[in-house]
Amino acid sequence: MQYVPNIIFLLALVAAGGIFYRNASKIWRNIMLGRKIDRTDRPSDRLNTMLRVAFGQSKMVVRPVAGLLHIIVYGGFILINIEMLEIVVDGLLGTHRIFAPVLGGLYTVAIGFFEILGVLVIVACAIFLWRRNVIKLARFHRPEMKGWAFKDANNILMIEIMLMTALLVMNAVEANFPDEHRVAGPFVVSRFIAPLFAGMDYGTLHIIERVCWWAHIFGILAFLNYLPFSKHLHILLAFPNTYFANLEKKGRFTNLESVTNEVKLMMDPNADPYAAPVEGASEPQRFGVKDVHDMSRIQLLNAYTCTECGRCTSNCPANITGKKLSPRKIMMDTRDRMEEVGKNIDANGGRFVDDGRSLLHDFITSEELWACTSCNACVESCPVNIDPLSIIVDMRRYLVMEESQAPSELTTVFSNMENNGAPWQFSPADRANWVAED
Amino acid sequence: MSELLKVPTMADMMAAGETPDVLFWVGCAGSFDDRAKKITKAIVKILNKVNIKFAILGMEESCTGDPAKRAGNEFLFQMQAMTNIQVLNGYEVKKIVTGCPHCYNTLKNEYPELGGKYEVIHHTQLIQQLIDEGKLKVEGGAFKGQKVTFHDPCYLGRANDEYEAPRSVIAKLDAELAEMKRARANGLCCGAGGAQMFKESEKGDKEINMERTDDALELKPNVIATGCPFCNTMLTDGVKYNDRQDDVQVLDVAEMVARAADL
Repeated sequence: MQYVPNIIFLLALVAAGGIFYRNASKIWRNIMLGRKIDRTDRPSDRLNTMLRVAFGQSKMVVRPVAGLLHIIVYGGFILINIEMLEIVVDGLLGTHRIFAPVLGGLYTVAIGFFEILGVLVIVACAIFLWRRNVIKLARFHRPEMKGWAFKDANNILMIEIMLMTALLVMNAVEANFPDEHRVAGPFVVSRFIAPLFAGMDYGTLHIIERVCWWAHIFGILAFLNYLPFSKHLHILLAFPNTYFANLEKKGRFTNLESVTNEVKLMMDPNADPYAAPVEGASEPQRFGVKDVHDMSRIQLLNAYTCTECGRCTSNCPANITGKKLSPRKIMMDTRDRMEEVGKNIDANGGRFVDDGRSLLHDFITSEELWACTSCNACVESCPVNIDPLSIIVDMRRYLVMEESQAPSELTTVFSNMENNGAPWQFSPADRANWVAED
Repeated sequence: MSELLKVPTMADMMAAGETPDVLFWVGCAGSFDDRAKKITKAIVKILNKVNIKFAILGMEESCTGDPAKRAGNEFLFQMQAMTNIQVLNGYEVKKIVTGCPHCYNTLKNEYPELGGKYEVIHHTQLIQQLIDEGKLKVEGGAFKGQKVTFHDPCYLGRANDEYEAPRSVIAKLDAELAEMKRARANGLCCGAGGAQMFKESEKGDKEINMERTDDALELKPNVIATGCPFCNTMLTDGVKYNDRQDDVQVLDVAEMVARAADL
């Protein structure tokens, strides 16, 4: 019987790891549905971007209030998790605060540091909750934020507060332990909540301490398994996402290689227009993006990394002026469609069976896509270097080149460009008339 | 005035056995739009003033394909690009200055992969160089003491990280540079990019150029400066809509320089 807690702990650890592995593999599989794209060049620049943007939070602080609060929660989360090391060792060995006697005074300092961070995290999360639920900041209350997206954010903040509270209460109880049982303390913060438990007998205190300990570890493991279903996945994916982000100038759009081949063929006087396709040639790739299968793996990784902060949308000129386009919705729709396709694959024994639906039209409408000015404000404002613009342009490519669906004014622009080399209907012969005009 | 402009074409130069140091890429707006033609002429006056040996393509110039590319017509874009590249490479062009950030971005970033490799600069960058090298004097000119705000064209600013060149030129004019609340990397688009210039906007509750004009008018400026013919159109419309055209001018940096240098 003595080893029951150790075994429960071990089982919980293994089960949580196993379930997380299973769900993470599904996300990996879904991302791999996309087209290959090589983003392994310039490794040192990539590492640099990752350290600066993801690790260093450089783009978060563009908005100082939210940025600072986020750094507190982020820093607190990482540093306080060092304590997880002790919790895991204690759990497996059945010990109590195994590092306390080893580290001595240093342990007290470390725990004190964690306690201060813990309080800061609680305060920051409370302010975040207040911003979302009381003052109702506009960017958290857009149409795409209804339902799960809104609950998700609140869930995360409340879980964080509960985890930190459990740690503090655990310490406060320890402070009330009789000397022969107390191995840690004094505590910088929890000494102020310690009086709440004064006068309780050791048996009761011990139970409360154990409840907090188990609540904390179970909370962490549950949180880990909440990640794959949540915007909170960004705490992991922000790192690869910034590493593989586009390093070129933002104005440089990709040149579609399949189109280049066609155009070269058209301009080659020696090309044989009746040439039969080469034996064994694969089916030509679709131009642009209609569904998640047409997207690049980076675009799909972008979608899973998005934490729905809405900075893109709040800086989008189309959205600011009341148009339907919201870059955040583009990312959320992409992820939702990917999840739908993933479930389809699961239900059909590993194969995707056409469901007659697609990201374009069923999730994202052409009205949204045509409202974009390609100004790159969304790309610039994303704190984790997501590129919604590349998806918008790829979908326009599908609309124009596969469906011939462009707004009628643009069709006129296209034919003007083809016929007279300018978007307007002017003769190319008049191009230099300005020289002689007054 | 215009008879004083010296604007040779590449074909003229070639016939005379000469090679220009730089090709001036005028662009469609700069060639055909009445307002933008004034910007083009201001650029030429500056080029003439400092005796830069330049040429234009004239009738041989064709749209870079930018609006087609942003609108998703990659096919048309690459057709335009390949045709232009044939012309540019035929003349062995090495350096290009553009009068438009859209042409600048496309030529600089998207042509190289298709075989068109040139040194491409925007006209505000060239003007900054000329002033820095002492070839152009603009201090104490027409804009001394005037309040000027600069609207960052998306394809010069965010797209290509050039925020300083136009600002440094404005500072040289002895003008007071006032920044809008949304400026530089955080600048708001004028509403013309991504082929929006050529179509009606989608349903919303405000036009983007009105939103942007409000940003500028808040500062009570004498001049709203920019470096893009499309931004110029959008902001001019915005100023007119607010009936402020008598006290607020919308000008390209090149026009301001030409005026300050009495060209």
